Amino acid sequence: MSEELHEVRLSVNGVVHELRVPARRLLSDALRHDLGLTGTHVGCEHGVCGACTVLVDRRPMRSCLMFAVSAVGSEITTVEGLTEQDGSPEGRLGPVQQAFAECHGLQCGFCTPGFLTTITAGLRDNPDPSEDEAREMVAGNLCRCTGYVNIVKSVLRASEIARERR
Amino acid sequence: MTTKLFGEKVPRVEDQRFLRGKGRYVDDVLVGHDLLHAAVLRSPHAHARIVDIDVSGVLDVDGVHVVWTHDDLAGAMADPLPLLIPHPQLTHGRTQYALAKDEVNYVGEAIAFVVADDRYLAEDALGRIRVDYEFLPPVVGVESARAAEHLVHDDVPGNVAARLEQENGDARGAIAAAPHTLSLDLTIERSASTPMEGRGTVARWDPDTGRLTVWTSTQTSTGVRAAVAAKLGLDLAQVDVITPDVGGGFGVKINHPWPEELLVPLAARTLGRPVKFTEDRREHFISSAHERGQVHHVEVGYDDDGRVLGLDVRFWHDNGAYTPYGLIVPIITSTQLLGPYKPGAYRVVFESLYTNTVMVTPYRGAGRPQGCFVMERTMDAIAAALGKDRTEVRAANFIQPDEFPYDHGLVFQDGRELEYDSGDYPGSLEKLKALIGWDEFPVFREEMEREGRRVGIGLACYVEGTGVGPYEGAHVHVETSGKVKVATGLTTQGQGHATAFAQIVADALGVRFDRVEVVTGDTRRMPYAVGTFASRAAVMSGSAVHLAALRAREKVLKIAADALEAAEDDLEIVDGVVSVRGTPDGTASIDLGTVAVLSNPLRYAFDEASKAATQFSVGDPGKPPVAEDDEPGLEGKDFYSPERSTFANGMHAVIVETDAETAEIRILKYAVVHDCGRLINPMIVEGQIHGGVAQGVGGALLERMAYDESGQLVNASFMDFLMPYVTEVPAHIDIDHLETPSPLNPLGVKGAGEAGVIPSAAVFASAIEDAEASYHPGLAITAMPISPSDLFALRQRHEESS
Repeated sequence: MSEELHEVRLSVNGVVHELRVPARRLLSDALRHDLGLTGTHVGCEHGVCGACTVLVDRRPMRSCLMFAVSAVGSEITTVEGLTEQDGSPEGRLGPVQQAFAECHGLQCGFCTPGFLTTITAGLRDNPDPSEDEAREMVAGNLCRCTGYVNIVKSVLRASEIARERR
Repeated sequence: MTTKLFGEKVPRVEDQRFLRGKGRYVDDVLVGHDLLHAAVLRSPHAHARIVDIDVSGVLDVDGVHVVWTHDDLAGAMADPLPLLIPHPQLTHGRTQYALAKDEVNYVGEAIAFVVADDRYLAEDALGRIRVDYEFLPPVVGVESARAAEHLVHDDVPGNVAARLEQENGDARGAIAAAPHTLSLDLTIERSASTPMEGRGTVARWDPDTGRLTVWTSTQTSTGVRAAVAAKLGLDLAQVDVITPDVGGGFGVKINHPWPEELLVPLAARTLGRPVKFTEDRREHFISSAHERGQVHHVEVGYDDDGRVLGLDVRFWHDNGAYTPYGLIVPIITSTQLLGPYKPGAYRVVFESLYTNTVMVTPYRGAGRPQGCFVMERTMDAIAAALGKDRTEVRAANFIQPDEFPYDHGLVFQDGRELEYDSGDYPGSLEKLKALIGWDEFPVFREEMEREGRRVGIGLACYVEGTGVGPYEGAHVHVETSGKVKVATGLTTQGQGHATAFAQIVADALGVRFDRVEVVTGDTRRMPYAVGTFASRAAVMSGSAVHLAALRAREKVLKIAADALEAAEDDLEIVDGVVSVRGTPDGTASIDLGTVAVLSNPLRYAFDEASKAATQFSVGDPGKPPVAEDDEPGLEGKDFYSPERSTFANGMHAVIVETDAETAEIRILKYAVVHDCGRLINPMIVEGQIHGGVAQGVGGALLERMAYDESGQLVNASFMDFLMPYVTEVPAHIDIDHLETPSPLNPLGVKGAGEAGVIPSAAVFASAIEDAEASYHPGLAITAMPISPSDLFALRQRHEESS
């Protein structure tokens, strides 16, 4: 017996995709394997590590804890959607991405997309965080490489870059 | 001269793709292609005989292509997996099968393998497999293994896989004759590497060329390649292994081949379609590897100054259910335990014991954290017994800077002498004391006490053998565009090799950094390599890359000298242009791309570079275009193979606060003094230290593999296995570097990858004990990790007994 498939329209990074998925297909799997947006990573599949965090209607969500069919009607932003248009084919790094590059905020890069999306949303709510607030902002994401020191620095630097670019 | 890049904080080139979501990790490979997905049925029991496996009905599930058990495997695939590192003393080495045959020995052991259209369907199919088990009593923990009331493997008496003894001098005699003696019993529990990306393998068989391509998240592409070829009965030349971006390794991905690394290629070849296996988090907990679990008994004899006259250590190493990685971890513990010290005489005996738990292979630090914990606890105990400052006792035992090379008279993990090459331990200690404020601490403690707060300070020292052999190689190719393509065979899992190695090549060859592109872990580009472990990449591949670039440079100068009609000695290479030193810009110069064209005597001019080359007349018309002792192409290849490891070292200190009521442990200050020889890229080295310290904090205060008595890992998720978030690690880490160059390699470098994690258990035990000292005199911390509950219980026991 084959699984029942549902027609789903997903709006991701401003592009509308139509796909047919079973009801149980996770949003993370739909993004990665159906849409080929492999920048979103899956680290635990139980919502703890935060690597799969995407923005759903501008709010950070664990895409491993959401079904693709539940994302219909929402605007999803993944790490691929964080770059800014500057006329170049690849676009320029957004403030959070740029800050991570400057501050060595990443090593293996696997958890990074979840941090980037989380911080992007965090800085919208609090554009000028204190160091303690910066730590709080990333306190729900796991990283095994960096020891977080440079990630906290990156949050503060991202806030500066966003200000400079405004 | 081109600006020297060695030693500079060059931003990482790999970050651009990672930050844009354009990394290519193993689960990203072949997305959108005609991929099938694998899932594995794993034993839910720690110890059982398999009576029967019923797979009927599995293939009825729509979209299922294959279900295999051990009965379906043939030839070498049906044999046990390789014992990678044999050792004469590993008298009872055992490895598992790709799929369990007759018996399972840990929860998580692979029993059946299913391939389906997607992972969801593959897992549905697993649910239809019925296995009948006959339960056997499980052996869990060192105590149970030593008691040997039950055996993990019927044919391994006493559960003892190996017994190894080394002695330098007469340790027991020296202890008996010493003015003071002490004994300690110490325990370290299991933890694990736990990279954010688990294991994963993708394979594609190409029937047109008869070749297999395997992408796998490994720390050794060449190792996997050899294993896959051997097990699948293919020629090595038919197998390519590519390590894509790897989401962290920390040791666990050095073990190979995992069952899935063989089953996935076999399935791809059998089905004629590409197959992918991506491990989920629970699988990583129960079916990869753990480390750290050891129990030690120490006897030490020392003099009035705290100088160790004799040290006798016996320990029991929990190797889990199998020993594919041999005795590497306990051998490292037994030798690196000595740290920067020179005991008068030393004996160490260990037994490596089987238990019905996940097998043990190296995790960052690889046995050193345990050894460091034992040695440093011993130093602290001696200081406490003599009423001396802990730094004084350590200083009394240090190997002195003028004593290098220092031979401990023992055999290290690589089979070579344990001979330290260089270091300045007294210098490091002085730096550490200044950095943490050791001498000012009593005043701080008094201030805190007045506020009703308990604080303590601790330190720990370590030496780390890094850059073990046997070798690494590199290939440097200058293309006619002037771009420099570099390949080295070991793999990368976050260390920034594409940046650090490009720095080395840019310096050696005289090219701009952005013209250099480094590839690692691809057997098509460099088929001879060992792997990334033991903090060896910078030392081994760094040196190889340097040597290969120098070879390419020699060739550049030879060809350019001909073309420019100048002597090689008069030439310099700056920003990719060879010119005669002292001539005005533009005259008598040739760029590397053109040199590359000249190196390959072509008949046809097909681009601007080759056109430019035609204006030069190269070589002697009376001789062949390619000389007898030469080759076409502008390439350099070389290998680096050191006599023995180089020894990095460092010291950590921490100030902690322990809550009088809740026993919560807070980190107030953390300081690191680190000597890994010359630094290629200080930004990357400091990043490695930060990460190591965070993992060390996890290992010291949070992380333990909680097995129950039936062998179930009850905390096999990120909900229950506590890995540090940002809220658990030091907000700031004060770092000071000492650079004592290694005399063993051309760059003077030593490894840095594991260092940060080695002294953590030791330094926290020291600091927490110190914080408790005035309130619970004599309270000894002998087991790590230590949670607030553990400390609370320790206090209670201490109060009851005193």
